[in-house]
Amino acid sequence: MSEQQVQETPSAAPAGLWKVSVSPHVKSNESVEKIMWTVFACLVPPLILSVFVFGIQVLFIAAVSVASCMAVEVISQKSLGREVTVRDGSAALTGMLIAFVVPPGVSPLLPVLAAIFAIYIGKHIMGGIGYNFFNPALLGRAFLLASFPVAMTSAWLQPIEPLAIFSYLSTADAVTTATPLAVLKDQGPEAFAQMFGEGASLYTSFFLGWRPGCIGETSGFLMVLGGAFLLYKRYITWHIPVSVLGTIAILTWIFGGQEYFGGDPLLAILSGGALLGAIYMATCYVTSPSNKKAQIAYGIGIGVLTVLIRLKGGYPEGICYAILLMNPLSTVLDGWFKQKRFALPQGAEK
Amino acid sequence: MTTSFTFPKNTFSKGGVHPLECKELTAGKAIEVMPVPAELELVLTQHIGAPCTPNVAKKDELEEGAVIAEVTKGLGVPVHSPVAGKVKSIGTSTHPMQVSTPSITIVVDREASAAEYTKKEWQNEDPQVLLGKVRDAGIIGIGGAGFPTHVKLAPPKNMKIDTLVLNGAECEPYITADQRHMVEHPAEIIEGARIILRILGISHCIIGIESNKPDAIDALTKAASEHGDSACQIEVRSLEVKYPQGSEKQLIESVTGRKVPAYALPSAIGVVVQNVSTAKAIYDAVVFEKPLYEKVITVSGRGIERPANLLVKVGTKVQDVVDYLGGIRPGLKKIVLGGPMMGFAVSTLDIPITKTTSSILFLTEDEIDTSPHSACIRCGWCLDACPMGLEPKEVGIYVEANHAEETEPFGVFECFECGSCAYVCPAKRPLVQFVRLAKMKAKRNQ
Repeated sequence: MSEQQVQETPSAAPAGLWKVSVSPHVKSNESVEKIMWTVFACLVPPLILSVFVFGIQVLFIAAVSVASCMAVEVISQKSLGREVTVRDGSAALTGMLIAFVVPPGVSPLLPVLAAIFAIYIGKHIMGGIGYNFFNPALLGRAFLLASFPVAMTSAWLQPIEPLAIFSYLSTADAVTTATPLAVLKDQGPEAFAQMFGEGASLYTSFFLGWRPGCIGETSGFLMVLGGAFLLYKRYITWHIPVSVLGTIAILTWIFGGQEYFGGDPLLAILSGGALLGAIYMATCYVTSPSNKKAQIAYGIGIGVLTVLIRLKGGYPEGICYAILLMNPLSTVLDGWFKQKRFALPQGAEK
Repeated sequence: MTTSFTFPKNTFSKGGVHPLECKELTAGKAIEVMPVPAELELVLTQHIGAPCTPNVAKKDELEEGAVIAEVTKGLGVPVHSPVAGKVKSIGTSTHPMQVSTPSITIVVDREASAAEYTKKEWQNEDPQVLLGKVRDAGIIGIGGAGFPTHVKLAPPKNMKIDTLVLNGAECEPYITADQRHMVEHPAEIIEGARIILRILGISHCIIGIESNKPDAIDALTKAASEHGDSACQIEVRSLEVKYPQGSEKQLIESVTGRKVPAYALPSAIGVVVQNVSTAKAIYDAVVFEKPLYEKVITVSGRGIERPANLLVKVGTKVQDVVDYLGGIRPGLKKIVLGGPMMGFAVSTLDIPITKTTSSILFLTEDEIDTSPHSACIRCGWCLDACPMGLEPKEVGIYVEANHAEETEPFGVFECFECGSCAYVCPAKRPLVQFVRLAKMKAKRNQ
């Protein structure tokens, strides 16, 4: 570059030309990379907790999932002749989230297959980061649910005693169980109360994460903590999580009990993947609307579909499909609920 | 929505960003008179619009303040010689915003003494005469746009003006030229405001200043109470520090609560906006009949040896300023005329300062961002940052997909290119560039 010459002879006649570009010349410190790896970091504490709840094998599942997502990203981009952007962390985040939404007792082969489907078909065939309609991690989970329904709906593990994390190294020892929502759905509230307890102790164990479920979803506390950090960093806003959880709570309260207004809204939020979905999945930038009003409509849509699936559908858990169903509506919602233009006279817009 | 006339907030309602201010480099430095270089190069497009036509010839001897180029078509103001000297050549030179433009080069007469101006009474002059003086002094919007001031001060007869807003926000990082003007010449600015009020035939003036300039707020508040007169009401308003506070529409909303409708001018809601430094220039033009040929500029950034606020003659070259301030430092990456948010990067030091140059920034690697951009991740941060409520991300996606001519529904023509969207974009997308492309294509299509 001729810049060098200019720097060496500052007072001489111009020896070369300086770089130019369009304003602004200063930019904020945020970057896609920073956002993705920060969200990734927020998911590490729930993973560590999960190791204590379900055993060391969940760490292996997560590692396999993250590694295979990153590998698939590199291979996809190379094969499609695109720039390799695996460093931006989006593939790693997808890998982590895939691990979070599979049961702790599944074969590590499953996340690998999910990674291939999520990253290659769900992301890169659609055009790469920014152009996918569906949340890749949830697409991976949906793929597994359709392809391996038995494993995906039965490989649940009973939480283990603290400090016994190595006892499940051989999965043969593992005690399989059912998830709280499945028990509630299939066996009724009495069986649920017998299995998971009642009242404060129930809420406490669910809030801390001592319950069966997918690898990353069990701890309400760590989900909320991570969400609060992302809110503080302004990486997410309250609009989507609050509207999703609020809708689930209200609708469960109204329709979720034996009679109207007899449901348990707190339990509805603490069970299943409601918190994980509302905070980490539904807020995915690419697949959610960008306008705040559209985000609230989107969140309400997810909430309604989640409760509908939980109460009336064939699955005990609904947020995964609820988000996937709302994903392609994002652009439509953005078009419906545009933000207000600065002093635009009525009828001035086309 | 109804606009509030009674409870103006101290900031605008939508969007905005908080870039690093970096004003500490020059905020405390008094305006310093830079020695006149051997030659000045005056471009003939100081203002928006067609260039002026020279009325001097090669080898002509010039007085300081003599008119050297007149307006022959369109809107504009004359260009004056900043020095006594001799016309060396009439040719073309590099222009910060246009590629090249006609110019007059003057060799400075070292022997001549500086012109002297005497104070004149203006209080009883006819507003039209005052307006003529503003025009003849070659005054244009110093804030950056370069719109001829006498045109702005003569709004259409059917528009009823009731408020003058003086812009002292200076929201661009680094720049402190207006701040120093306000601190060092508060009385002149207030008198300038009174002249403008007389021209407009109104009595109410609000001066908006961002709260990061307490010295300027104090100075002007004091001057307003000392030099005001009972016929006019001049108030100083402290504004929230938020970019783009100094943008015309945003500033009007901040200080009056009124919103200028899209595609309209401030006069539509009874407001005229002038920069505080322009008010000072109007004072000089009317009280001393001194034309606008000097300019206070901020020279800053970590790439210049000695950052300063300089009073320079229009036509001084960037190279002369660099030499005067001790040269450039290693690590310099980019030279920007204007602020870092809206200024123009220039490729050469051989470029003359114009009436609209508010600063020259010498930015090093760690002050600017040169990382390549990636795909839009639809985070929507640009929507939150946009003070006009537009959708920059959509414009970018459309332009990249070669559908630039379809971007009008996203409001590209309302965009004033403040750069807030590109500032916050985590994918570092050049959204202002996309908008400019979109404007060009959409215009061509109409």
